[in-house]
Amino acid sequence: MTFPWLTTLIALPALGAVLTALVPSGRGTLAKQVATGAALVTLVIGALISIQFLFDVDMGVEAETYEWIPEFGASWALDVNGISLALVALTVLATPIVALAMWHEAEDEKRDPKAFFALLLAVEALTLTAFLAQDVLLFYVVFEAMLIPLYFMIGMYGGPQRRYAAVKFLLYNLVGGLAMLAAVIGLYVQSIDAGDPSFFLPDLVALDIDTTTQWWLFLGFMLAFAIKAPLWPFHTWLPDAAAEATPANAAFLSGVADKVGTYGMIALVLPLFPDASRDAAPVIVVLAVVSIIYGALLAIGQTDMKRLIGYTSISHFGFIVLGIFALTGQAATGATFYMVNHGLSTIALFVVVGFLVSRRGSRQVDDFGGVQKPAPKLAGVFLFAGLSGLALPPLSTFLSEFLVISGTFLRYRPAAIVATLGIVLSALYILWLYQRTMTGPVRPAVEGMPDLRTREVAVVAPLIALLVVVGFFPKPLTDAIDEAVGPTLVEVGVEEPEPLAPVAEHVEEGTGR
Amino acid sequence: MTSTLSALATAVATEGGHGGGQAVAEATGVFDLTWLLIAFPLLGAAILLLGGRRTDKVGHLIGCGASIASFVMGVVLFAAMLGEPSDGRAFTSQLWEYVNAGGYTVDVSLLLDQLSISFVLLITGVGSLIHVYSIGYMEHDERRRRFFGYLNLFVAAMLLLVLAADYLVLFIGWEGVGLASYLLIGFWQHKNSAAVAAKKAFVVNRVGDMGMVLAMSSMVLVFGSTAFDVVFASAEGASTGWVTAIGLFLLLGACGKSAQFPLQSWLLDAMEGPTPVSALIHAATMVTAGVYLIVRSAAIYDLAPDARTAVVIVGAITLLMGAIIGCAKDDIKKALAGSTMSQIGYMTLAAGLGPAGYAFAIFHLLTHGFFKANMFLGAGSVMHGMHDEVNMRRYGGLRIAMPVTFITFAMGYLAIIGIPPFAGYFSKDKIIEAAFADNWITGLATLLGAGITAFYMTRLMLMTFFGNRRWKQSEPPHESPSVMTAPLWALAFLSVVGGFALLYFGAGIVDWLAPVTGEEHHELPMPLWLLITITLATVVAGVAVAWLMYGRRAVREDVPAGSPLTVAARNDLYGDAFNEAVFMRPGQYLTRSLVYFENRGVDGAVVGTATAFGGLSSRLRRLQTGFVRSYAVTMLGGVGVVVLAMLVVRLP
Repeated sequence: MTFPWLTTLIALPALGAVLTALVPSGRGTLAKQVATGAALVTLVIGALISIQFLFDVDMGVEAETYEWIPEFGASWALDVNGISLALVALTVLATPIVALAMWHEAEDEKRDPKAFFALLLAVEALTLTAFLAQDVLLFYVVFEAMLIPLYFMIGMYGGPQRRYAAVKFLLYNLVGGLAMLAAVIGLYVQSIDAGDPSFFLPDLVALDIDTTTQWWLFLGFMLAFAIKAPLWPFHTWLPDAAAEATPANAAFLSGVADKVGTYGMIALVLPLFPDASRDAAPVIVVLAVVSIIYGALLAIGQTDMKRLIGYTSISHFGFIVLGIFALTGQAATGATFYMVNHGLSTIALFVVVGFLVSRRGSRQVDDFGGVQKPAPKLAGVFLFAGLSGLALPPLSTFLSEFLVISGTFLRYRPAAIVATLGIVLSALYILWLYQRTMTGPVRPAVEGMPDLRTREVAVVAPLIALLVVVGFFPKPLTDAIDEAVGPTLVEVGVEEPEPLAPVAEHVEEGTGR
Repeated sequence: MTSTLSALATAVATEGGHGGGQAVAEATGVFDLTWLLIAFPLLGAAILLLGGRRTDKVGHLIGCGASIASFVMGVVLFAAMLGEPSDGRAFTSQLWEYVNAGGYTVDVSLLLDQLSISFVLLITGVGSLIHVYSIGYMEHDERRRRFFGYLNLFVAAMLLLVLAADYLVLFIGWEGVGLASYLLIGFWQHKNSAAVAAKKAFVVNRVGDMGMVLAMSSMVLVFGSTAFDVVFASAEGASTGWVTAIGLFLLLGACGKSAQFPLQSWLLDAMEGPTPVSALIHAATMVTAGVYLIVRSAAIYDLAPDARTAVVIVGAITLLMGAIIGCAKDDIKKALAGSTMSQIGYMTLAAGLGPAGYAFAIFHLLTHGFFKANMFLGAGSVMHGMHDEVNMRRYGGLRIAMPVTFITFAMGYLAIIGIPPFAGYFSKDKIIEAAFADNWITGLATLLGAGITAFYMTRLMLMTFFGNRRWKQSEPPHESPSVMTAPLWALAFLSVVGGFALLYFGAGIVDWLAPVTGEEHHELPMPLWLLITITLATVVAGVAVAWLMYGRRAVREDVPAGSPLTVAARNDLYGDAFNEAVFMRPGQYLTRSLVYFENRGVDGAVVGTATAFGGLSSRLRRLQTGFVRSYAVTMLGGVGVVVLAMLVVRLP
């Protein structure tokens, strides 16, 4: 028996959460150190697992299955492919960064930071389980269970309206969860009808479900994922949560945890309900394009920096969903790659805005102005994070956005053309924000604003380095993703569009061979 | 693999008869070091921008060194190319594989050929001169190191743009120069006007980028690739509709970057940047990237006459618009910016003429790079001596106080208005010839443009260097230090001999570029001597009118009311007013109503529905954490339902 890499990856942060919770209260620093240590160890394990997929070195990572509830055919079944690997890598990277960013934020109201750090690790463990689960019941359970620690993280630490935001977050996701629960049961019934009761994903994918039933089950899953992602018009919980949660928490929420929704679409919905996915794709594509434009326009109209970033996420999630439901290899690979890049970029944005908020004690755009003068480095990283948000090449966000647009163009031309408006609007919301907060005459209130501190540099430096390095050398990651996307699209049964003027034939004709 | 494919591809291109393709060889020897061109300035930028204050003292030297190293490398490569046969001067070197997604593959590879080396020499040559000039110009700026870092970043990105062998890689350079332009226009960020101008430039360019992204998406759809070799070789297999669409999308991108109508509005505002930036980025190099794009895409445009017509129309409109705007500006930099728009309009128009014009577009692009950089740096020298005054109504008689600036500027002046044997005469005259050979209307537009150019440049010359002195400062303006005047001399020299040398040195630029752009000659509808005479007469007329208005009469210090056309030209022909009325105001209205709708409508509907279904909103209001307990119960209940359901369905 080989080393259970995947279970270990989940067990480490879970154990870390327990250990952090056991730290005696009043010893906040120790709790933070324990939690950050656990997150870093998880990062190391995650990196070792990634090596196998990115650089073709056999580390002995393979699927793991242990009995769970054999009566129902439910098992602790984990596996990893390029798609899940990308998200696992994002999660293990983001957690220590968020922990470090949260170092002081958690103490703003003299609250014991212990709970936040324990909950953060708990969410990490649950998120990782969701990305690795090969059992639909297991996926459902962690999908739902994740809400509880996130609820407390939003509700206990954050702005004045945090309780409202937390409840709203919970209510929305609860509705989606219930719909998904019904669909999970329905799916199970299908497997019983087929004679082999199972929650094992490959078994369920192999089922031949009639189209009508597929539609109902599709709707159940999609509602849950569309709320989580979030897709217009199910998005209104996100801006509130983004605004009220602490910046680091908002970063983790929209950067990592919400990716479970888009992951569910590509890894569960497409292979489980191929006919319904194909039929519904045009509708989802329209919703995705609306999200892109709507989110961007709303971002332009915001006066609260954190809400603004929240709305940019809605726009970017629109791109991700668009790429998934364009049903071409290029777009789907782009969308999965986008999930990682959006994670890095949005974490960077939230975290830097957090630096600003902690200095000035305000989230309002109008309370800033001319910050580049007293704090040039802070302004620099803010601009950098913003440029990654507007997908400037060669930062990694660019390639994913281009792959989504061009991959969509292969099948849904009008949608792709409208989506390109997003590249103008994103420049507008980012650069206008930068102009209003960082440039111009120095506002009296920001005079003497301290520049980046060492801990803050440690938080943003890895994000910046990754956005640059992955931007220049995306191939190992996109290859791993592409390899997993191919079979998924085969399940859906769509054909890749061929080039209209194929070069090979032409070259053959031209040279008379 | 790549090389065989490209060899085959070019074989097809040659046999197909369009846009004279030449065999592209895999780079060996010194050609394999093409990447160094980009690496030097990129390294320079990295050192200067990440090195912090430690590099403050030597920052400008590192910056200049990086640019000069790249120029030397360019000269070495150029010399090596001269040693190759004239149809074997294209070399491709693959650096690394960029991406492979769903069968769409992109390599980061460079293409060094006659067209790209011409740009390399312009960018690094003029670029290095401007780097040196900036040592003096930015001497008293505490952020000089950062300025040089941005300049190096620009040079690296611009070189990537012209050396890329794939549209996607070209686009990386394309956006890179856009970023450098943004950073440098807004270099004096504490000025609101600079920050706004920088943002405007970036956003307008992004509108053009939509065109670039859609052009590349179309290429992926039609050819399955964005690599030059594949696209150019397969272009004939594509339908005219698609080729035209790609041509128009590329044109949109070119309009953004090259400030062509209707995306011209950002260039005049971009003069907020330090003057060396205006010279390098917003006159000599970056703004010509659109022309490069069109000429590089010759294989596409050769097959799309409608797209070419659109290019000609855009060029003609812009060349007249820019010239008219240039006539009315009192700000010396804005007058030159209008002129830049206009001259790029000439290049665009020439590029739209197809193989008959491609080489002339590049020819004019190069000479324009010399004389416009010369004049912008000259304007910077004037500003340097005049405490950053830009209003020409407060200049006058500066030829005595600043003789070097005057003489070098005069060389640029004679070049741009097209007096033989100065550089602009040869290049502009070729475009006018090609335009008349194409049709009368285009020809007349270029001829009229030449007349207006002569007018506004003479006006600028007279207001600045001649006439009564209108400056108020007590001590007379001083001539700039030699670190600034030396580049002026060099550029003035190029403004004098550049045109003649490029046209007649060796086989001349037309033959040099022919393997890349193809060559065609159309018959003129009149004898050549007649056209040249008419052109020169028009130029002389323009000079004469300007002299009557600004030379014989004293220049007024206040701004006269002016005719409606003058007023319109002062307001950039209402480009901004149009954008504001058509895009900004409705956009603001839309955004505001959406925010309102979002807060009242969408959110309200959801909360309202919740109220309707079981008074959830009352719980929302109470906001008890107790809610979570009930949620946990709900979830447990949910799991219970699952268990129950499973038991029920399993029992029988």
